[in-house]
Amino acid sequence: MNSRYAPVPTAVAIAIAIFLMAFLIVPVLSVVYIAFSNADGSLTLAHFMSFFDLTLMRESFWNSLYVALMTVLMASLIALPLAYFTVRFEFRGAILIQTLGVLPLIMPPFVGAAAMQLLFGRSGSLNLLLSEWFGFGIPFMEGLNGVIFVESLHYFPFILLNLTMALNNIDGAMEEAAQNLGASGLRLFRRVVFPLAMPGYVAGASLVFLKVYDDLGTPLVLNVTNMLAPQAYLRITSIGLEDPIGYVICFIMVAFSLAAMWLSVQVMRGKDYATLQRGGNSLSKRRLTPMHAMLAYGWTVLVLLLVLSPHLGILLLSLAKVWSYSVLPDAYTLAHYVTVFQDSSRMMANTLLYCGLAALIDVVLGAAIAYLILRTTLPGRQALDFMATAALTIPGVVLGIGYLRLFKGVEMGGAVLTSSWVLIMIAYAVRRLPYALRSCMAVLQQMHVSLEEAAENLGAGKLRTIRRIVLPLMIGGILAGFVTSFITATVELSATILLVNAERLAPMSYGIYLYMQSIAGRGPGAALGVIAVVIVALGTYASHRFIASRAVQIEMKG
Amino acid sequence: MGHQFRPASVIAYLLFALGALFVLPLQAQQVSIITSFPKELTDIYKKAFEAKNPGTTVEILNKGTSAGVSYVRETAVGNRPDVFWASAPDAFEVLSKDGLLVKFDPGIPGIPAKIGAYPINDPQGYYRGQALAGYGIMWNTRYMKANKLPEPREWADLIKPVYFSHVASSSPSRSGTTHLTVETILQGEGWSKGWMQILQIAGNSAAITERSFGVPDGVSNGQYGIGLVIDFFGLAAKNSGFPVEFIYPGVTAIVPANIGLINGAKNAELGKKFITYSLSEEGQMLLLDPKISRLPVSPKTYAKAPAGYPNPYSGKIKSKVNFDSDLSEARYYVVSAMFDQTITFRHKELVTATKAIHEATAKLAAKPNAQGQKLLADARELVFTPVVDETKVKDKDFLAVFRATKRDAETSKRVTALEEHWSSEAKKNYAKAMDLARQAAALAR
Repeated sequence: MNSRYAPVPTAVAIAIAIFLMAFLIVPVLSVVYIAFSNADGSLTLAHFMSFFDLTLMRESFWNSLYVALMTVLMASLIALPLAYFTVRFEFRGAILIQTLGVLPLIMPPFVGAAAMQLLFGRSGSLNLLLSEWFGFGIPFMEGLNGVIFVESLHYFPFILLNLTMALNNIDGAMEEAAQNLGASGLRLFRRVVFPLAMPGYVAGASLVFLKVYDDLGTPLVLNVTNMLAPQAYLRITSIGLEDPIGYVICFIMVAFSLAAMWLSVQVMRGKDYATLQRGGNSLSKRRLTPMHAMLAYGWTVLVLLLVLSPHLGILLLSLAKVWSYSVLPDAYTLAHYVTVFQDSSRMMANTLLYCGLAALIDVVLGAAIAYLILRTTLPGRQALDFMATAALTIPGVVLGIGYLRLFKGVEMGGAVLTSSWVLIMIAYAVRRLPYALRSCMAVLQQMHVSLEEAAENLGAGKLRTIRRIVLPLMIGGILAGFVTSFITATVELSATILLVNAERLAPMSYGIYLYMQSIAGRGPGAALGVIAVVIVALGTYASHRFIASRAVQIEMKG
Repeated sequence: MGHQFRPASVIAYLLFALGALFVLPLQAQQVSIITSFPKELTDIYKKAFEAKNPGTTVEILNKGTSAGVSYVRETAVGNRPDVFWASAPDAFEVLSKDGLLVKFDPGIPGIPAKIGAYPINDPQGYYRGQALAGYGIMWNTRYMKANKLPEPREWADLIKPVYFSHVASSSPSRSGTTHLTVETILQGEGWSKGWMQILQIAGNSAAITERSFGVPDGVSNGQYGIGLVIDFFGLAAKNSGFPVEFIYPGVTAIVPANIGLINGAKNAELGKKFITYSLSEEGQMLLLDPKISRLPVSPKTYAKAPAGYPNPYSGKIKSKVNFDSDLSEARYYVVSAMFDQTITFRHKELVTATKAIHEATAKLAAKPNAQGQKLLADARELVFTPVVDETKVKDKDFLAVFRATKRDAETSKRVTALEEHWSSEAKKNYAKAMDLARQAAALAR
């Protein structure tokens, strides 16, 4: 913990700070500035007042809030039982839940929405069957409820993953004590287990709230325009970059997201949830009664069917010749895959390049920030954490617009920055940095500092210690961070749509969007979507294997 | 494991990759085209042009028409794309008025000066017609059969109660082609009657889609029964095997889809070459590809078209409207903003009111009641009258408000006040109309 090498960490901290200022803080501030200024640059609150004078904007504001909150509720209802079953009971579906629960995250929400239209829409397979058998249909996909339906299925894994982790960390003795004192069933869950898992739940729920609040693709695909993100997008793309109301919306979205995050921190503050022992000593898993087992399996299967429905829909669409007003496609073909491989292999390469580089930047920055925070005493190091985490609250649209404004006309290596792919990649890196940072922090927190002290006592310098001891031990967390950043970057569309200025530079997410804009392109678009899902799934699987094998190695060495 | 992890070599590799990618685009000659056209169309042209001009690459920048206009405006001179290629003639009017296009005449003979009364090429020479397009109605035959709906022939058919919640349309602010459809109706029927029809069709619509493509897509896959679309969307879907039909109604306008050279382009010479190619016999033939299905601007090309291909020069498509693009351009923002404030963003309320009116109409038809008829007439008046009347939309000062720079607090206030007025007026009228219609229906019992 000494600061013998203080100049190096300081330089690194300053470099990171400059990066974050240039590609996060300043672009966002430039957007905020437009919201509060006249054409001649003088400051004004008029645009802000105009916003609240517009009934439509007030309505959009409440709609966005309503959708985000309802989605958190629905996602919790899906995730809570699943997490509880897997952690607390002998339940064979556990592995299934853990793996398949991640699947929704690896599909761009707008593709999921388009696929779900085919299955659950007004003339989707399900409604066609319902009306044939029973003579009525259910409007799953209409209006705000449609958005909530799609988003809850897409984002519930955030709650599931965080909650599962938190439940696993609860000391089994707590539950035993409660049982000895006579608590059982729901009461045990409500009064003991759930409160202990609260930090994980709040982390997941606030993430869902933020994601839904700034999601653009889903409302657009479902033709819902009375929400903040679509309004900002519609105003700025149709009225032009000069429309101040669009910027006011951006500001409100940022402010609200920051507030939500701050609130989630406040809720947890001052409550000590730490238990002394963790892992290894969790409660022996209980057996389910046959009745309960039925219920548990039933719920799991139902949720999995819903979760897999977008994947199924997109797979069918990618193989369909013609699919129109029928439960299943008329005929099948592989032609769309041929088209995609002939025309769009460039897009796949672009996705791998941008997301790979972005994820690499993320883990480098994430590991550096984590180290600075946990292993040095640099003043102001918490500010780095705050800045990097704040990226979570910046909607992609806002960041995209900020880049367009700030880097307009800036040249770099003979090319205009706004029309090169560098900005797309940096946008991905900035937006996904929080994920990598969390992983790196978590793994470094679990690593005892005595290992490094031992190395230094044996004569290794600080840098050598980092290279030979810290980084190798952190590799699991770094890799997890890399994968999360990579996966979530491949499905990012909102900033991409604004920053892609040529088809040559387009990543797959944009390609899918583009293909989906024409009759003959729906098939190839879906095929590209399936390929994206497969690439991401393979990547995730490989990294899980790698982490697992390393864990075994480390244990054996230990 | 620690021995294999070498951050330094990874970073070196990265820097190398970065450098390589910066150099890459400079190798080939490149023409960049900003367009709202779908990927199949641009892909076919890209491949053909690159094959004909080895060493040249075609770079496509796909944006919605209005987003494309703002993109050109926002990009610095010298870095702009070379060619603007889109359907809506009024977008080209906006571009040429703002000095964003340069005159260019490829000098290709055999293309008529006019289609009907509409000039194919810009009289001033800033842009040229590259294909022709008419607006019409497309429907899904399976959907129609399942829901026992009759086939529509005219726009006016779409206001009938039988089509309630089976129609789909887009919004003029989102889609250049929808803007043309709306203007065609407004110019063909007159401002008040036109808006009445548009509001009634919108009231019958299941959705107002975000992009114009949402409509043909929804009709092709059966989400919606009937859609208001530009012809090639309908024809391409039909030629791709979807169970859909397309017709041109009586009130339609055949207008050119245009191509023009951008002022301040990066590579103007190649831009000219591409425009010339797109108008050549070879370039025109490409339009007949089933995936594209557009109407060539060169009459000769139709001789090689498959049987039954619509030919606007044959006189079979009756276009009663002589589209006035100056008028359309002058009120561009007003029409778009009115549509969004009273239809797109108030669609739920509009649909509820329309439903109540349809129900009351049906009940009163079964059991006539004079007072009920009067209430119903009032309800219709409230819902289907445009918020801006005909005299106002001719007022130059009024139109000017929408053109001024919106960054000024004053202008921004005036525009938002107008929008607020339209939006709240529409909401109030729809709610009131619904009440009146329900009262009318109650009287019929």
